Amino acid sequence: MNVRRLWAIVVKELRQLRRDRITLAMVVGIPVIQLVLFGYAINTNLRGLDAGIVDQANSAGSRALVMDMLATGVVAPVARVNTPQELMAMIRRGQVGIGIVVPPDFERRRIDGRAVAQILVDGSDTAVQAAAAQLMQVPIDSAAPDTRAPATSTPVGGRISMVAFYNPQRRSAVNIVPGLIGVILTMTMVLFTAIAIVRERERGNMELLIATPLTSSELMIGKVLPYVAIGLVQTSVILALGTWLFAVPILGSVVDVYLASGLLILANLALGLLISTRAQSQFQAMQMTFFVFLPSILLSGFMFPFAGMPKLVQWLAEILPLTHFLRLIRGVMLRGAGLREMWLDVLALAVFTLAMMALAILRFRKRLD
Amino acid sequence: MNAAADDVAIRARGLTRCFGKLVAVDHVDLDVPAQRVYGFLGPNGSGKSTTIRMLCGLLTPSGGEIEVLGLKIPAQADELRTHIGYMTQKFSLFEDLGVRENLEFLAAIQGVPKAKTKRRVDELIEQYHFGDRQRQLAGTMSGGQKQRLALACAVLHEPQLLFLDEPTSAVDPESRRDFWEKLFELADAGTTLLVSTHLMDEAERCHRLAILDRGALVADGTPRELTAQLEGRTFTVETDDPRAAQRALASVAGVLGVAQVGNILRVLTGAEGVTPDMDRALATTGHKAALAAAPPNLEDVFVAATRRDAERAA
Ligand SMILES: Nc1ncnc2c1ncn2[C@@H]1O[C@H](COP(=O)(O)OP(=O)(O)OP(=O)(O)O)[C@@H](O)[C@H]1O
Ligand SMILES: [Mg+2]
Repeated sequence: MNVRRLWAIVVKELRQLRRDRITLAMVVGIPVIQLVLFGYAINTNLRGLDAGIVDQANSAGSRALVMDMLATGVVAPVARVNTPQELMAMIRRGQVGIGIVVPPDFERRRIDGRAVAQILVDGSDTAVQAAAAQLMQVPIDSAAPDTRAPATSTPVGGRISMVAFYNPQRRSAVNIVPGLIGVILTMTMVLFTAIAIVRERERGNMELLIATPLTSSELMIGKVLPYVAIGLVQTSVILALGTWLFAVPILGSVVDVYLASGLLILANLALGLLISTRAQSQFQAMQMTFFVFLPSILLSGFMFPFAGMPKLVQWLAEILPLTHFLRLIRGVMLRGAGLREMWLDVLALAVFTLAMMALAILRFRKRLD
Repeated sequence: MNAAADDVAIRARGLTRCFGKLVAVDHVDLDVPAQRVYGFLGPNGSGKSTTIRMLCGLLTPSGGEIEVLGLKIPAQADELRTHIGYMTQKFSLFEDLGVRENLEFLAAIQGVPKAKTKRRVDELIEQYHFGDRQRQLAGTMSGGQKQRLALACAVLHEPQLLFLDEPTSAVDPESRRDFWEKLFELADAGTTLLVSTHLMDEAERCHRLAILDRGALVADGTPRELTAQLEGRTFTVETDDPRAAQRALASVAGVLGVAQVGNILRVLTGAEGVTPDMDRALATTGHKAALAAAPPNLEDVFVAATRRDAERAA
């Protein structure tokens, strides 16, 4: 390992990067756009869903129930129709997302303790389903002031089905932002290095480089180092925006946040390098990157809770750097934990990085064939 | 370096390289003398680049032995890399780096001592006429300028041995003379140069050359030796109807090639003494034709070498 040659590669990469406007824009652009999109899109509580209403009872009690439901603000009435059939047709056509049906025998049902109203939901949209669950929380006792008992036992008592419902509204930006650091770093870091070596092969630079005394490890490490700095810049952008826009707390130490991010950055860069030694073209490198990116997003626990996954999938997820990073960063930022307490995940990331880096260096041949 | 390496820079025996079924280089034997300009002449796809890549240890040969500067290749390729400069056929410097940046980068990679780097880079920028465009990005330069920069980068660390793969393909005739001037200066200074080309006039300048055709070495020697073998076998024909004369001559047994150069035909025969036959054939065209002996050139050598090969194969 010759430090001067290593440094020459680093300087060369930085100079090239400085002239590559698109990549530079990506360095800052991707975190900002992703953070704003994810943060707002996932955080926004569903309000003012288009609803159709059928009140066949049309009694004082039924009107009061409908008013209570509208008062939640979750739905906004766009149509009042006469039969449930009409309502169903509207849902099918997509005119409304939610239908509220109060049957003609509303008063009798209320006394019997049977279901007093029905909520029809466009099940094709899980977010709407979740919103409907809120409507079910409307207490029946307000509509039936004289009998308090039935409310808990009727199926209308939304509280029962609420438990089963997976409610995205509960996942606020506070949960998303730490994970988003990992997702963004996974996406950009793997891609940057995956392309790095293939590009030189495609442009013909590689034939020149391998005819020089430059060694595989000098080339590989020299290519990775500039991107570590870039990854840390991205981390800072997300942290700054996260605290500013979404008031995300950092309960643990900021040093730990950067250490964890640094580990993930190295792991992803090493993985990118390995891809780069395999791929024949930049396009192939990109395809392979997405092949890694998709399972990372789906299995790491970013999108779906890790505990809910089958054992086999959990094992698979343990291989992904993002899985370990999410545990670390959520621990540090949201629970105020220290990295030392989560040393197993730190170790996992370090082992992954070393393994990938070693494979990449071994796989890279200073040959054209 | 042992004594043998001092006079022979490159020695190859039975050098072969296959790509699947294609035999790109076919049992080539080479002896490249040190401190000379050695030419590699051959048409497209004849295996020039493939041979050069094997000689600098970038491609593993399918068969045969190579010794470069006394080092066994590919086994000792790493050791060789500090002693060679390689100018690739396709421009391989960084297009998004400037002239000086490219030179500085390679100086560091090639291990030019830090203290010497600035002086050496300045010197090359001066010598290769980049004084007014040091900061220009390599990608924005013209084809000839790029090749000039590539040569400057290849000689940066003053290697003992230079491989130049078609270094002047984009250089205009004026600058080409300049370019070759530099190559001879390098040879005088003790560098061995292996230069591939498909241009006859360039091949003629080499101290020695090898002619490759479809992967096989068909001739090698000094240009003078090679042309001397054809003494008495090359002619010119002046006539009003060159096309008819060409057809008539092509059917004469013993004529290897007839090429039209303007209004004159250049004829190459397989042996001496075909003149009467040719005169007879020319008479049948009904036009006046003047047949005269002409001094052989490298193009004739090339035609003779490749034809002989084809006949043997038939
Ligand atoms: N990597 C490869 N895979 C398959 N075939 C190859 C490869 N490299 C070269 N060849 C083939 O080997 C033959 C010799 O190629 P080479 O590049 O050595 O020719 P060349 O003499 O340099 O030609 P040119 O004057 O066009 O540069 C060609 O037929 C070419 O198609
Ligand atoms: Mg070639």
